[in-house]
Formats: sequence, structure tokens, C-alpha cells
Amino acid sequence: MNISEYKDVYVFVEQREGKIQNVAFELLGKARDLADSLNEKVVAVLPGYNIENHANELIAYGADAVICADDKELEHYNTEPYTQAVCQIINQRKPGIVLIGATTTGRDLGPRLSARLATGLTADCTKLEISENRELLMTRPAFGGNLMATILCSAHRPQMSTVRPGVMRSHEKDESRTGKTEKISINFDKSKFRVRIIKTVKEKKDMIDITEAKILISGGRGVGNEKGFDELRALAAAIGGKTEVSSSRAMVDAGVMEHARQVGQTGKTVRPSLYLACGISGAIQHLAGMEESEFIIAINKDKYAPIFQTADLGIVGDVHKIIPLLTERFAGK
Amino acid sequence: MNIIVCIKQVPNTTEIKINPTTGTLIRDGVASIMNPDDKGGLEEALKLKDKYNAHVTAITMGLPQAEDILREALAMGADKAILVTDRKLGGADTLATSNTLAAVLSQLKFDIIITGRQAIDGDTAQVGPQIAEHLDLPQVTYLENLEYDGEKTFTIKKSTEDGYQIIEVDAPCLVTVLASANKARYMSVRGIVEAYDKEIEIWGFDKIGIDESKVGLKGSPTRVHKAFTRGVKAAGEMFEVDAEEAAGIIMSKLKEKYII
Repeated sequence: MNISEYKDVYVFVEQREGKIQNVAFELLGKARDLADSLNEKVVAVLPGYNIENHANELIAYGADAVICADDKELEHYNTEPYTQAVCQIINQRKPGIVLIGATTTGRDLGPRLSARLATGLTADCTKLEISENRELLMTRPAFGGNLMATILCSAHRPQMSTVRPGVMRSHEKDESRTGKTEKISINFDKSKFRVRIIKTVKEKKDMIDITEAKILISGGRGVGNEKGFDELRALAAAIGGKTEVSSSRAMVDAGVMEHARQVGQTGKTVRPSLYLACGISGAIQHLAGMEESEFIIAINKDKYAPIFQTADLGIVGDVHKIIPLLTERFAGK
Repeated sequence: MNIIVCIKQVPNTTEIKINPTTGTLIRDGVASIMNPDDKGGLEEALKLKDKYNAHVTAITMGLPQAEDILREALAMGADKAILVTDRKLGGADTLATSNTLAAVLSQLKFDIIITGRQAIDGDTAQVGPQIAEHLDLPQVTYLENLEYDGEKTFTIKKSTEDGYQIIEVDAPCLVTVLASANKARYMSVRGIVEAYDKEIEIWGFDKIGIDESKVGLKGSPTRVHKAFTRGVKAAGEMFEVDAEEAAGIIMSKLKEKYII
């Protein structure tokens, strides 16, 4: 393998039903930073069907070029057609870096690609940087978030990594940016299409996206039960705007809150302007999902709770008393 | 029907704590367990065994002490256990691990290979799909439910972010299972007794018959450059006051920070 042949930063752009997933814009932002430090280009790889109209948006978010693999076979995600399409593009174009969103789709596609290309894949990176000798430094949590590791893929290309939604920040949309859009056709080996998708069902769980919230009122064991969460919901309603209620894992496991609202290692990564942690002790797995929030307030009865180590403002007290008072003050504002 | 379940021994990461002053990991006394998603996968296999009299083989790659989880698998109801272990396999990343396991699996008979979605020590979710690719098998990840028609077709409920999919795939295939798919059965007393009499097949490097450049550290495209703990962030201001005063402090802080 001649490593010097491989250059540019490629982003796999995930669309569902023709809608570009936010994680793609976040990856384009990070790809832009990486490409700028390498003095290389950002290329968005967009598989789908009748999706060319999205190319300009990808350019506005940081791509220099867009490769549209437009084919009926790529309308909905399925492992084999997507692997063949992305593999073909990588083999032809030889990118130095490939970034993939760590969604259920990206985590299905990424490892399949890495095995077909016989290269490394680093999962769920939280930090990506270029080293002095132009290698990709991929940092990710391990041991349930207890340890961080920086990974290198020195002798193989492309250097591939997946990144969870909400971890990177997209750049401001810049409509004045220009770039080249190219439509390519894929030569499929359809004899390998062996997985039949019978139906795709959407459930209510996609209706809320806590990663989009500006303010999160988050409850843990100290909130106790459904009634306790009603107090948090009342506060969220009184604050209004993009305010949502989220939860620690404990309350999801207890069945009080739905998984879509879970913050942490096995839930969502969030970075709102305000994270109000109510009765959350602050296990490392929870901190991993919220410590990048701009301002963190913790309310907890236990003054030794680890959440206070991460909070900008810590209140030792009873959430059931303080939250209704805050709701009153917001309502009366 | 022949089912192979890939399982992994992992430290119980939920028990690992960070020393708050030094920021280092406290790993002493942390127990090793069968990875939860893998246990969900094993239960899926055992349900098929109950219904279709399938033959279930549990396989793991790891240190010699990984025998413990194979004994547990046997006690839960697996028929056969294989331990893939060799010093030459050490330091493997996901690709080298999948190369190794695929080389072993290619020498075994199976209709379906079941793996857990991901292991709690690495959380990569890569080894299952990578094995599928090496063995040229169709894959279905994030399995929540599995039905079998008794002949060749599996109907799978796959969990997605915004709902689920119903997917059909024929044997042979590979699926990755969520721990939440199943409540794993307990080991039976008879199972435990019998498990300790059963022989565990050991596969070393020579028996696998794979090129040394594809396994262990040599076969790993990725390397750990450095590992570190997150360190300790300086704590912010703390107040221990009555509720009325606390609400006031919060309100003025939010105004000061232009959040409201």
C-alpha cells in the first residue's frame, strides 16, 4: 500500500427517506477542520435515490465536492448495496480519511467496510486531530467511559472512524461556498443482496430529539418517579423555548423515562446551553454524555455526589422543593 | 440446525470507579463477566435449541481464564465450547480478532452465527459485522427478536433509532443481538454439575491455521497511541442553603450567564 496516494477527507452522508441526518453536517464541520490542517479537500459521499438536490447544502456545510451515488438500490439503507457503493468509491478515489456517523446505520456499515478494505476502524471517536506527521489521531472512550484512548492507523488507508451524533459541532451554514457535484453509477453484484427488508416501522420514539434542546432539565434517581418528572416537565414548560426533559440511565432502566431521552454513554451525547441535573449522582457514564454542556447546574441532596465535580454551580438540596420554586419564578416572569 | 454463539469475557465496567483525586482507574476487585449483549445472544440460541433441537456451540477468544464464561454457557445449556487462546493472538484490534474468529468459524458447521451487538469494555460493535464480511455471510445487526421457519428462513426484528425493521434472511447468516432482546436464563444446578465434566476444546494458533500477519498485534491496523483518564475538572461554586435561597441563586446565575 502506497500511503502517499491516499488523500482528502471523505464523509459518509446518511439520509433517511431523503432527509440528510444532522450527524452528516457535524462530520462535515470536523472534516473541514481536518482537511484545512492537511491542506486537502472535503468530499461528501451521498448514496441514495433522487438525492442530488441536497448537494448544495452539503457544500454549504463544508464540503468541497459531493459524490452522489444515485441508484434505486440505495434508496433505503441495506448493508450490502451500501457497502458495495462506498467501497467502490473508496477504491477508486483513495481517500486518506473516512468519517462515518455512529448511528445504527453507520455502525452496521463501518465494520463491514473496514473488513472489506482490510483497514482499521475506530468507533465512537470524541476527538479527531491531525498529528505533526499528518496522521489522524482518534480519541475515544473505553471501559465504559472510564478511560480515554488515542488510536492511530499508521500503515493502512483509509483511516476510518465513526463519531456519535451530537459529539462534533457543525460549522455555520455558508451558502456562498461553491463546490463540484458529481453523479456516479455503481456496478452492483446483486447476487450478494441476501437481506430482504420486509417493512420499516417508525415509532413515536423519534419525535423528540434531546440533542437539539437549548436547555435540558435532566432527572435521576433523586427525582424518584413519574410524579417527580412531572415537576421537571412543569419547569420545562414554564421556561419554554427549546427546553426538554432528559434522564439518567437509572430512570430509563426503571421504566420511568423512555430511552430516547437518556443522556450518557449508552444514551445521547448532549451539549445544551444549560444542563440542569436534578437528583443525578453523576456516574462516569452519565458525565460522558453531558460534560460538554456550556453551563451545568446540579441539585442533589448528597453533597459528595460526583456530579458536583463537573457542575459549574452546585446546590446541595431537595429537588422536590427547589424545582417547583423555580417553576413559580419562571411562570411569574 | 447448528448455531454458533460468539461470546466475550469482559470486566464489569459499571463497577470501575475513578479515584477522584488522582484521576486514575480503580480496577482492583472488579469482576469479570460474560458480556451482556453476548448473553442475550446465547439466550437467543438456547431458545432455538428448545424449539428446534438445535446444537449450540459457544466460542470465545481470550486469555485462558475466559474458560469461566464457557463453563457458564455450558451450564446455561450450550452443547459445546471452544476456547481460542494463544499468546500470538494477543493485542488484537477488532479486525485481527475478526480475522482469527472467522478462520476458526470457517472450519465449523453452522446455519447461523450469533454475536452480541457490542462488548461493554470496548463498545465498538465491529467484530460481528467483520466476521460476516470475512465469511461472506449476510448480516443483520441490532436484533431484538428472531423467528425461524424451521427450514431456512429467519425473520428478524431489528431495532433502529426511530423504530424497527422486519427483515428476512436465509441461513447461513450472522446476527448481532441486543442484551435487551432476552432475559437470559439462569444456570441450572444440573447444568452447572455437568458443565464441569464437559471438555472445552482449545484452539491455539497452530490449530487455527492462519497467517501470522493477520492476527494479534501484527494483524491490527489500529494501535493505541496513548491511554489516559479524563482528569479531574475543577468544581464550580457550591451552596448548601434553603430552597428559597437556592432558587434565587439559580435565577441570578442564569441571568448573569445570559441563559434566560
